[in-house]
Amino acid sequence: MEAIIFLIIIGVIVAAGFLVAFIWAVRSGQYDDDYSPSVRMLFENKPKKETETETDKPESKNEN
Amino acid sequence: MSDNKCIHCGADCGAAPFIWEAKNFCCHGCKTVYQILNEKEMTQYYEIQPMSGIRIDIGQPSKKFAYLENEEISSKLLDFDDGNTSKVKFFIPAIHCASCIWLLEHLDTLHSGIIYSTVNFPRKEVFITFRNDQISLRQLAEMLSAIHYVPEITLEHLEGSKIGKTNRSLLLKIGIASFSFMNIMMYSFPEYLPGGDLLEQNFKHIFGWLSFILILPVVFYSANDYYLSAWKGLKHKIISIDLPITLGIIALFLQSSYEVFTGNGIGYMDSLAGLLFFLLIGKWYQGKTYQALSFERDYKSYFPVAVTVIVDGIEAILPIRDLKKGDHILIRNLELIPADAAIFKGKGNIDYSFVTGEALPVPKKEGEFIYAGGRQVGSSIELIVEKEVEQSYLTQLWNQNSSKPDSVSLNNHINDISQYFTATVLVIAFSAFFYWLTVDLATAVYVFSSVLIIACPCALALTVPFTFGSTMRVFGRRGFYIKTTDVVEQLYRTTTIVFDKTGTITFNRKVQIMFHGSALSADEEKTIRSMVKHSSHPLSTALYEHLPSQSMLEPQAYEEIPGLGITGILNDKRINIGSELFVTGSSTSENMKESRVYVSIDGHIRGFYSFMNTYREGLNQVINTLKKKYKLHLISGDNDAEKENLESIFGTESRLLFNQSPVDKKNYIIDLRKRGESVLMIGDGLNDAGALAESNTGISIADDVFSFSPACDAIMESSKFGQLEQFIRFTRSSFKVIRMSFLISLFYNVIGLSFAVTANLSPLVAAILMPVSSVTVVAFATFMISFIAFRKLRVY
Repeated sequence: MEAIIFLIIIGVIVAAGFLVAFIWAVRSGQYDDDYSPSVRMLFENKPKKETETETDKPESKNEN
Repeated sequence: MSDNKCIHCGADCGAAPFIWEAKNFCCHGCKTVYQILNEKEMTQYYEIQPMSGIRIDIGQPSKKFAYLENEEISSKLLDFDDGNTSKVKFFIPAIHCASCIWLLEHLDTLHSGIIYSTVNFPRKEVFITFRNDQISLRQLAEMLSAIHYVPEITLEHLEGSKIGKTNRSLLLKIGIASFSFMNIMMYSFPEYLPGGDLLEQNFKHIFGWLSFILILPVVFYSANDYYLSAWKGLKHKIISIDLPITLGIIALFLQSSYEVFTGNGIGYMDSLAGLLFFLLIGKWYQGKTYQALSFERDYKSYFPVAVTVIVDGIEAILPIRDLKKGDHILIRNLELIPADAAIFKGKGNIDYSFVTGEALPVPKKEGEFIYAGGRQVGSSIELIVEKEVEQSYLTQLWNQNSSKPDSVSLNNHINDISQYFTATVLVIAFSAFFYWLTVDLATAVYVFSSVLIIACPCALALTVPFTFGSTMRVFGRRGFYIKTTDVVEQLYRTTTIVFDKTGTITFNRKVQIMFHGSALSADEEKTIRSMVKHSSHPLSTALYEHLPSQSMLEPQAYEEIPGLGITGILNDKRINIGSELFVTGSSTSENMKESRVYVSIDGHIRGFYSFMNTYREGLNQVINTLKKKYKLHLISGDNDAEKENLESIFGTESRLLFNQSPVDKKNYIIDLRKRGESVLMIGDGLNDAGALAESNTGISIADDVFSFSPACDAIMESSKFGQLEQFIRFTRSSFKVIRMSFLISLFYNVIGLSFAVTANLSPLVAAILMPVSSVTVVAFATFMISFIAFRKLRVY
């Protein structure tokens, strides 16, 4: 029976992990725009110049 | 391209298309954009969505973005600036398709100074990060304009109003509620199954305590809006629907906690979490609004950020806030007049279409007084500011607060029902309590809380958000955008409809020109057209566009006499075109009710052209259907030239008022409301702003819903004007659906209550009954609305 308790604890921890991920996602503004990303992922990236590396910078403070 | 469509914007290219590399373009602007994109190998733009480009019909001021060089202004606009790189957010109303996103996110290809750019499509915004030393803010704005994505920068953006925060907190609440709901349901699962009670006592304890911990954030965080709203309602002496919900939540929480503490099980924790999860989903569905549309606009979202001032003969840029009385300002072609001012130098030709909806610009002479809000068309003028921006006539009108009731009391219908509902539930709860008191106290308390739990109007509370939310979406798909779901109820209650005339029932920027007199031959028309071509007077321009396009003749002599007309010699004939006095030599001195342009050819007075506003399509039909059900009023700032015309449309029961100032309009609405009428006001210009704010429902009509419209409750695409009556009628159907949904939820409540009063309500029954009733009601409401919309509202 200890196994069940153990599993439940794991279950809650995993679920809480997802909750935290969700809260983070909402706070970082990922739910503010629910349309553009769906279009963006379909664009084909033609080979580009060196600017690519900087595109990965987090866009933290640029909204609000 | 074999067909005659512009490869850039898809518009018809006409008889003489601009051709570049064997491709057709409708205008020079479109061709230029194509060339820019082609040079940078960005023609993928046209592959993602063919003919996705934006055509710009209206000219742009030449030095539009010069003010961005001003330190003070640019620092306010920039979100981030460390000297090397800057971040800026532009609102670009033209963003409309996938191609736009692609292009605007590949701006780095267009200019090496741009590091990257991201688009927020629903808000029509683009975030750009760029290197200061390679491109300035002004160059950036001008580059965007060059590819026809003109950023809109107004005072409002400068002062940075923050929106969108509330939406995030609602999402967090939903997330937490769903997390707790799912987990608690897992722990409650043994209770749902036969033999669940055989489970070891240990587990019941553990599950109970786990559920109790998980429910805490739901009760104390996710649900707090309901307590607040119930409390607010009580303070206003209104029993809102949130009150029985709050009672239900408290009863559920206390009863379940009691069971957990006494080690009897886990109670109704799953039902409680589920209830809040569903309620919050309903709230989210209801609250989803049109992000790019702004309903709260005041003059700030219309006025430019800065203006050119002339100090000692030198032009300088000054932020509008710092503009003082007596300043000399320079207004160029197509620039906006930011403050009440008098003309100092130059010939004013002011387009007030944003303010009054008037189609033709108004000519103004030196020394004349000009109200803020107009747009200069033609050559530059110099003005002397008479009043500061905040004190200007129209600004003051918008700044006055309206006396609109706050939203707590708005949901009348549902609150009426909820009062009876709450009373009935309490009566049942107390009578059951006293009945069971004769047996024993524990059962009596149990029955009492059971009644409150099962009667918690979850389904009832979900009906309104889902019905109105669906209605709002249905309207939105058909070009009628409402601010909140409360507007549906307000539309339903409408008893009186007030129309603005100019720009609302007439077309903005479109006049009907008719010739009265002896008919002109094609040759004579050609002559007149060749003459008015040289004049920049608004009536000449309108006449030039009205007459059929033919080859041009060159007049041998031409002179324009300001305030009178034009004269010239063409084909050895003297042509006079202008006012009655100028052409006929005498004026009937009758108060002119319409604009007229007289024509004489070779000494013969041939007649005159009259300029009339054109009515919107379907006006007759709309008014005819509306006047049967509502009291109609028309208030116009214009003279009564069209009175007879309008009387024949509106009928004799309607009141028609002319020569009304913006303040008159506003007071008229206040007066109507004092008499107990529920007023729907339809207007378009800034001069209606006061009236729109005072009315129960203010609808603003706009050719382009994303560009400026005054503060209002709803925005309607001007092409949908003909469907106005259908929209209002549709709100009746919405209410029918709500009533039917109420019956359904009442049915479930009766079943639930019969369990509760007989002390038979187990957590299992609650766990089944509550979600089932909610889901039925929600499904019924959304389905019915879409079905009725499909049947009754046609999509054009």
